[in-house]
Amino acid sequence: MSSLVKRLIGLLVLAAAIAAPLYLSSYNLSLAGRFLALALTAMGLVLLWGEGGILSLGQGVFFGLGGYVLAMHLKLTGLDAGETMPDFMVWSGLKALPTWWEIFRNPFVAVVGVMVVPAVVAAAFGWLIFRRRIGGVYFALITQALALAFATLLISQQAFTGGFNGLTNYKTLFGFNLNDAKVSLGLYWVTLAIVVACFLAGRYLLASRFGKLLRATRDNTNRVRFLGYDPTPIKIVAFVAAAILAGLSGALFALHAGVISPALVGVVPSIEMVIWAAVGGRASLAGAIAGALIINFAKDKISTALPEFWLYALGVIFIVVVTVMPKGLAGLFPEGGGKRAPKAAAKTEPAPEAA
Amino acid sequence: MSAAAAPMLHIDHVTVDFDGFKALNDLDLTLREGSLTVVIGPNGAGKSTMCDVIIGRVRPTTGKVVLHGETISKLREDRIVGRGVCRKFQTPGVLIGLPVIDNLLIAATKDRRWWKSFGLRPSAAVSAKAEEVLAQVGLSERRDTLAGELSHGEKQWLEIGMVIATEAELILLDEPTAGMGAAESTKTAEIIKSLIGKHSVLVIDHDIDFVEQLGGHVAVLHQGALFKEGTLAQVRNDPDVASIYLGRPKS
Repeated sequence: MSSLVKRLIGLLVLAAAIAAPLYLSSYNLSLAGRFLALALTAMGLVLLWGEGGILSLGQGVFFGLGGYVLAMHLKLTGLDAGETMPDFMVWSGLKALPTWWEIFRNPFVAVVGVMVVPAVVAAAFGWLIFRRRIGGVYFALITQALALAFATLLISQQAFTGGFNGLTNYKTLFGFNLNDAKVSLGLYWVTLAIVVACFLAGRYLLASRFGKLLRATRDNTNRVRFLGYDPTPIKIVAFVAAAILAGLSGALFALHAGVISPALVGVVPSIEMVIWAAVGGRASLAGAIAGALIINFAKDKISTALPEFWLYALGVIFIVVVTVMPKGLAGLFPEGGGKRAPKAAAKTEPAPEAA
Repeated sequence: MSAAAAPMLHIDHVTVDFDGFKALNDLDLTLREGSLTVVIGPNGAGKSTMCDVIIGRVRPTTGKVVLHGETISKLREDRIVGRGVCRKFQTPGVLIGLPVIDNLLIAATKDRRWWKSFGLRPSAAVSAKAEEVLAQVGLSERRDTLAGELSHGEKQWLEIGMVIATEAELILLDEPTAGMGAAESTKTAEIIKSLIGKHSVLVIDHDIDFVEQLGGHVAVLHQGALFKEGTLAQVRNDPDVASIYLGRPKS
């Protein structure tokens, strides 16, 4: 498939997505918006895992940080006159609103915080880990432990986080009533626009010299180091980029779903995020979007029909993808969905990035 | 050693102790600017460890590595490369997921700080250097092939090219002909000879025919120390050198 055909298909899919409110039921449209938000996390994993070779089993942490930051803002702006703090804080016997809640009352701080908080946590964590040249399975295990610790912390600090129930029952965002159908529709398009913007930004990043260095580091960290590059910041940048995408993803998801809770950010959700990327094709941004949408729609439809069956289905899908289609769905479109489709790409594409 | 050529690299009494095994044992070796030095020696003589020490992969237990009067053996690996030392590894270490030209472009880039890496196009100077080296190592026809799809010999040439493209002052080539046939070895020798004068080159190899094609100064390593130095003829006719290779007891 030539890059022109690929681009044409991309535009058609985009047009179909923009027009989705015309043909999707409002229920399915709300699901589509929610799952598009999740696709951002999967795109982050493409950068980090597919291109960088760094498998994180803790993306739920960054997803949660983004989600909670926005949810804190929503809880504060949704307070009734006379209330000084959310109801669960009152029930937990808290006397005053903590300062670290208060700062997110400002909408600008909240929106920036959705990206900056995960970015700062990822940068600090990445610096500690990558500087010590920890990678591979060890990194995956450490991030998984991080996800577990994060979910446990959220549950245990009920007075500050809402505990197991998380933060829910939002009313307005920037003055818009979230229960208004028109606002939901607008939110779908805003989500779509953010996904498209992040897709283009990801494409740019991968086409830049940074993208090549990232792939080079994945394939041969030592060669990169002994060509005079420091691999540590390359890995940190990829980790931070993935964290920012996960943070955005969590915030948008919280808006669409009306909830963010520990059950959405722990070990199991973090692994599911990896499965979205694996099914779509871990080295394809477009594949990641498709993977997140397909898996989550399947999850919704299958769990509605046969509640017990979903986890088995997910397991089977994952095994089939790993064993039969290591490049995921993107592998079905040689040269199409994926940025790297080695054999064919090498012969026909005159290395566009190098030109 | 001729007095005219200044020593650029001095491996100053370096010992590397791996839990009691001395891979290098008080090794003292000097390289001159623009020279070609070939290091030979039986397996386990410490040749690769010597390269490891120069590039900072292995740190000396005692002693130091001095480049132009400055100790480099405490610097981080990428900083050592920044000082102008680059090595080709024994097993080809190319960037398999990238086209040949991108391998060379990454190597040829002079400003390697990460925050300078977000541009799409390399500078004209970097592109020109990469294209020049591409021709120099004879891979022009493989320009856009993924490095992972090259033959073994081509990978060796590409990695030699990457090392050249860094324009390092000192180039270390660890067994550049490993796994090559005679014709490929000859081509490799031509590439290496074309570097003399522009770079100082240190080559490690086992193959005496190849060493003969290269010419240059020969240093023999044995049990982690410098055993003999001289021209190939001198070294070859030395009974002590023959004995360490063939295991004859010294009289």
